[in-house]
Amino acid sequence: MKKLGILLVLAGLVAQAHADEVKVAVAANFAAPMQKIAQAFETASGHKAVVSVGSTGSIYAQIRNGAPFEVFLAADDETPAKLESEGAGVKGSRFTYAVGKLALWSATPGLVDAKGEVLRQGNFRKLAIANPKTAPYGAAGVEVMRKLGLADALAPRIVQGESIAQAWQFVSTGNAELGFVALSQIWQDGALKGGSAWIVPESDYTPIRQDAILLAKGEGKPAAQALMGFLKGDAARAVIQSYGYAH
Amino acid sequence: MALEAQDWAAVWLTLKLAATVTVLLLCVGTPLAWWLARTRSRLRGVVSALVAMPLVLPPTVLGFYLLVLMGPNGPVGGLTQALGLGLLPFTFQGLVLGSLIYSMPFVVQPIQNAIEAIGARPLEVAATLRARPWDSFWTVVVPLARPGFLTAAVLGFAHTVGEFGVVLMIGGNIPGQTRVVSVQIFDRVEAFEYAHAHWLAGSMVAFSFLVLLILYTVNPDARRRAA
Repeated sequence: MKKLGILLVLAGLVAQAHADEVKVAVAANFAAPMQKIAQAFETASGHKAVVSVGSTGSIYAQIRNGAPFEVFLAADDETPAKLESEGAGVKGSRFTYAVGKLALWSATPGLVDAKGEVLRQGNFRKLAIANPKTAPYGAAGVEVMRKLGLADALAPRIVQGESIAQAWQFVSTGNAELGFVALSQIWQDGALKGGSAWIVPESDYTPIRQDAILLAKGEGKPAAQALMGFLKGDAARAVIQSYGYAH
Repeated sequence: MALEAQDWAAVWLTLKLAATVTVLLLCVGTPLAWWLARTRSRLRGVVSALVAMPLVLPPTVLGFYLLVLMGPNGPVGGLTQALGLGLLPFTFQGLVLGSLIYSMPFVVQPIQNAIEAIGARPLEVAATLRARPWDSFWTVVVPLARPGFLTAAVLGFAHTVGEFGVVLMIGGNIPGQTRVVSVQIFDRVEAFEYAHAHWLAGSMVAFSFLVLLILYTVNPDARRRAA
C-alpha cells in the first residue's frame, strides 16, 4: 500500500514535469473570461496558465521593464503592435482574440435607459471611467461623451479608476451611480447580470480590437505557444462570445 | 520642463491634505494618547490595538472597507447622507477621513510614549500646588512632552504625504480634489512619462530625507519615542 502511494506521488511529479506553466498578462476587461479559458486550457493541454490582471498601459510598462510575462492579451491592438515593433513581442504572432463592447452601466435597475439618455438628463452624481490615458475602454468612454457633445458638461462628475476593473468596482459599490465599463464585466451567457445598462452602439467609438501577442519571453516555449493556439480554437471562442464580445 | 501645472496641483493638494490631517490628528490624538497613557481600564488593550492596526493592515484593506462603508449602502455613507453631507468617496473630505485612520498610530504613539515617560509624579506635584487638570496639562504635560508632540506632528504629516493605496481605492483620481502626488506619480509611470515621474519621485525622496533629517537632528531621541 505504501509503495503504491510512493508510486502515485512519483507519477504525479513526472506528470508535473511535462506540464509547463505559462505566464499570461491580461487586460482587466478580459479577467473573467480568461479565468474560464485558463481552466479549459489546463484540462485540454495539461499546461497551467498563471494569469496577472491589470490595465493595458500598466502591463505594457511592466513588460518593457522586464516583467516575466510570456503572453499578453491586451485591450487594444496598438499596444501589442508597439511591443512587436520594439522587439518585446514575437513578429507575426499577433491576432485579434476579441472585439470589445462598451456599456454604460449602473448597479441600480432602471437608472440607465436603453439609449443612454441618462447622460443628458444628468440625474446622477458621479460617472466612473477607466483612466483614458492607460485603459482603452476609458478612451472609448471619452470618445462617446465627445460624440454626444457632453464631454465638458460631464467632466466635473467623472471619477477615474486605474483600470476598467476599478471603474466597475466604483459603480458596483454604488459610489458612482454610472460608469463606462466593458460589456464583458456585466454580461454573462447572453444577458445582463444585474442593474441597468446602455450597450453603446459600436459606431459611436473606435472599435476596441483586442489583440493577443506572444512575448519575447514566451518564444519557443511550448506552453505559451499552446495557449496562443487554444485562444483561436472553438472552446475559447465560445467562452469569449458568451461574455458579449464580438468577433 | 520640470513640473507641469497638473503636477503642481497634485503637490499643493498633498500638502493641504497632510496639513489638515496633522492638525486634526493632534486634536483627536492628544486626548486619546493621554487616556491610553494614564488609564487602568480594561479597554486599554483593545483601544491600543485598534489605534495600531493601520500599521499592519495593507492599505488596500482600509481602502476597500472605506469604499464600502462610505458608499451609499454603507453605514457611514448612510450617516453622511442623512446629515446632508453627501457621500465621501471621491472627495477631499473622504481622503481626510481615510488619512486620519491611516496616520493615527504615527501621531498617537509618540505622544502616548512621551506622556508615559513623564510619569505620574510631576502631575501629583502640580495637583498639590492646586493646579487644575487643565492647567497642569498645558503647564506640565505639554512642555515636558514637547519632543513627543513634535515627532507626532512630523510623522503624521510625512506619513500622510506618503499615502497611496487608500487614496487609489477611494479617490477616483480627480484633479485638484483627490489626485495627490503619489497617485500622480503612478499615473505618470503608467503612461510611460518617466521624465515627469522622475521629477516628482525625486522630490519625494528629497522631501522624506529632509523631514527625517530635521526630525532626528532637532529631536535626537525621536526614533526611540516613535517606536
